[in-house]
Amino acid sequence: MLKYLAARILYTLPVAFGVSVVCFMLVHIAPGDPLTSILPPDASAQLQQEMRALYGFDRPLPVQYGIWLLKVLQGDFGTSIATGRPVATELGRALGNTFILAVVATLIGFLLGSLFGFVAGYFRDSWIDKVASFISIIGVSVPHYWLGMVLVIIFSVQLNWLPATGAGPGGSGDWAWDWAHIRHLILPAITMSVIPMGIVARTVRALVADILSQEFVSGLRAKGLMDVGVFRHVVKNAAPTALAVMGLQLGYLLGGSILIETVFSWPGTGFLLGQAIFQRDLPLLQGAILVLAMVFVVLNLLVDIVQSLIDPRVQRT
Amino acid sequence: MTAVSIEKLATVEKSPGYWAGVARRFSRDPVAMIALVVVVGLILMAIFAPLVAPSDPYRTSMLRRLRPIGTEGFPLGADELGRDMLSRLIYGARLSLLMGVTPVVIAFFIGSAIGITAGYVGGRLNTALMRTIDVFFAFPSVLLAIALSGALGAGIFNGLLSLTVVFIPPIARIAESVTTAVRRIEYVEAARASGASAFTIVRVHVLGNVIGPIFVYATGLISVSLILASGLSFLGLGVKPPEPEWGLMLNTLRNAIYVQPWVAALPGLMIFITSISFNLLSDGLRSAMDIKA
Amino acid sequence: MTQDFVQELGQELGEELGMEDAAAAMVASQPLLQVNELTKHFPLGKGLFGRSAGVVRAVDGVSFEVRAGETLGIVGESGCGKSTTARLLVDLIRPDSGQIILDGQQVGPEMSVREMRRRMQMVFQDSYASLNPRLTMEDAIAFGPMVNGAPRQQALALAHDLLFKVGLEPRRFAGRYPHELSGGQRQRVNIARALAFSPKIVILDEAVSALDKSVEAQVLNLLEDLKGELGLTYIFISHDLNVVRHMSDRVMVMYLGQVVEIGPVESLYGNAAHPYTRALLAAMPSMDPDRRTMEAPLAGDPPNPINPPSGCRFHTRCRFAAPVCSAQQPPPQILRDAGHLTACHAHVPGSGHPGLESAA
Repeated sequence: MLKYLAARILYTLPVAFGVSVVCFMLVHIAPGDPLTSILPPDASAQLQQEMRALYGFDRPLPVQYGIWLLKVLQGDFGTSIATGRPVATELGRALGNTFILAVVATLIGFLLGSLFGFVAGYFRDSWIDKVASFISIIGVSVPHYWLGMVLVIIFSVQLNWLPATGAGPGGSGDWAWDWAHIRHLILPAITMSVIPMGIVARTVRALVADILSQEFVSGLRAKGLMDVGVFRHVVKNAAPTALAVMGLQLGYLLGGSILIETVFSWPGTGFLLGQAIFQRDLPLLQGAILVLAMVFVVLNLLVDIVQSLIDPRVQRT
Repeated sequence: MTAVSIEKLATVEKSPGYWAGVARRFSRDPVAMIALVVVVGLILMAIFAPLVAPSDPYRTSMLRRLRPIGTEGFPLGADELGRDMLSRLIYGARLSLLMGVTPVVIAFFIGSAIGITAGYVGGRLNTALMRTIDVFFAFPSVLLAIALSGALGAGIFNGLLSLTVVFIPPIARIAESVTTAVRRIEYVEAARASGASAFTIVRVHVLGNVIGPIFVYATGLISVSLILASGLSFLGLGVKPPEPEWGLMLNTLRNAIYVQPWVAALPGLMIFITSISFNLLSDGLRSAMDIKA
Repeated sequence: MTQDFVQELGQELGEELGMEDAAAAMVASQPLLQVNELTKHFPLGKGLFGRSAGVVRAVDGVSFEVRAGETLGIVGESGCGKSTTARLLVDLIRPDSGQIILDGQQVGPEMSVREMRRRMQMVFQDSYASLNPRLTMEDAIAFGPMVNGAPRQQALALAHDLLFKVGLEPRRFAGRYPHELSGGQRQRVNIARALAFSPKIVILDEAVSALDKSVEAQVLNLLEDLKGELGLTYIFISHDLNVVRHMSDRVMVMYLGQVVEIGPVESLYGNAAHPYTRALLAAMPSMDPDRRTMEAPLAGDPPNPINPPSGCRFHTRCRFAAPVCSAQQPPPQILRDAGHLTACHAHVPGSGHPGLESAA
């Protein structure tokens, strides 16, 4: 077990290294000199040269990467071109908001997905299964940014029940778990929950159908022990995999929240990323991507470790 | 002896091949057939857009901005610059399908080549290729697409490039795993024992048995790619105005939701219909080809 | 060269009798196949830092020879290395060391692997997995000749002739796919595919083991007919001792990657020298009460080939084991009958082993 944990953590290191290289290269695949966005367009050749030396852009790439990595490891992600504030500060505030949204959305998606998946798997091949399967196909096919717009049209524009944008009254305040704030969370969270819902439903359906087709469960059902016993058995056996899928989906939503946050102007990392793209704020873009990808990597690692603790047979590498 | 044998050749009873069976099973699946009709219809609409569209999708009119659905001369309303929505939706199929389907097609070839090579050769080359692929798996696909096109900047080519890079790793991984499985089957050993070169074995014995599962998996990615491609344009990456593209139309109409909400929602509906059709088509292919998920 | 090959195919298929004479002449001179100290150790899954966690000694210094026109049976429990030996022979797995000498030429330095594979072909156990599900039977058989340069029409014609030879009407079967055939029919196709090279040696790796008994008998009869007709030499690998006895001229017994006994079939079955062979034979169901041996059948599983026992590998399960058995590896020892060898201390004079009779 310890050996597996050590191997799994060691395996993460080269991946994390690769991720950092990809993020580092983002600035360098960008068209033009990384300095063009900082320097005034009429800067003299000498000034350009001095700035290049100052930022270290005249050194070979591996050296630049080393210097950049050292800074990143100390929490220094550079300075946002648009706001002039450190990227780390900007990201810190946004990350909390994204986390709230992604966690709530994952929970909703997991609950609904489990429900649909369970019902579909339990009544396999019946019309209920077909309806539930169709809903999950819709879940993975719908462009979620459009679904968000449609929900805004219905619940904000037409019915005027819920706010369309923002994360609280009066712009960007700190988050609080009161109705004034939660009202803002409902639409984006429901929109976002559609993504994990379809996937969780598919997984749970397959798991439940598989467990129910096992012989001794068929025996239980034949004896009339349909309800509590079978239900407990199914939940016990399906839970580890379903929870693992949920963990992976949380990571996915944390990293993939940009479109939904843009639709709802939710002040999270995705929204920040959208602004960085719009203003071509490369340091902010790079920092946001790096942090989100690393969160995804770490969540993957945690899911694997937790899953192997629950069920030692599952030791993915 | 040879002459007699060649005469025999002509009268052999031919069994229907594998693909004939797939086509028969597929044609008996009503959902898959409907999806196929919709997809073919969308493709034809894109190709013959100039013939189908009632008016010029680029012609603006300051007088007819944001007209509702059912306005005379504008059956699906007019957008924020007074352009005919119906014509723009029809023309939009061109760029939206191009941006959504092309990356998967290119990634299918590149990813299959990488995955089949890694799977068939095995050993260190496999480890090196697959560990590199793992790095790209460490990014959620949305994030990777946005990171790349965000850094490269807007534009159709940059969008296509980013999406292609996003879809190579998953296709390569599937290709690697099915190839590794096929490589261990005895008919490949028998082919090796016949003295055939690695290239010939891959061409005759591996390709035919792995390309089906890889293809089905890739068709399943088209739906994701369509949503992502339009998503890029929605964020201001990918296609640039004034080109008609569904994601970009959704973006420019965002502020119109308070005036003409249902007109503003139409481009998204098109993305949704296209994406679900490709998904159902892929599911139908999967069961017709009898491939386990 | 291509033309030669195709002509050769036709000639050999047509002139079976001539081949048999040639084979008979060969017996006197040199063995058709000679294997010296063949060894293959598989590294065991990677450890934490890529270091190997050990090796499986799948085949460990195996030597034997096969004479032209005979059938050599290879028997042993599963995991004894018989299938690995077969795969090493046709270079599906590259040996770590050892020599394979075919027709007097050493494979590698003197004969190319490609040429070796023309002369030595293999039929696998799983008839379904052995056939590409996307190829028709004629294409499956014609693949080998085409790879070796035969034009498609000629290769297909050959495929049809071979289908006929293995008892499948070409008209009906040439255009079929594997899933449309029964196990016995598929195995006939696999045999035809091996014969498409006009090989001298055919290795049959558990080729009939997965078939029903009645079908098995038919395929065995076919194999015997083909052998006589085409002057073939067989290496017949099976765990079924009755079938091996029926098919073989000589039999080789393997245990944990090594040869423990080899000899003419009647001598070996009637007068088994090695305790392991005796135990195997004791476990074999016999119809004839007079021929029953009184040995106790083997208990337990073979030891782990990762760390095989020292000395004689069988000593952990051998009821005649003496101190010398765990200390030294027994050398091959020639017995009364010519060509009957065993590797057991009990048969080595002066080895310190009291002998099989005294211990029992």
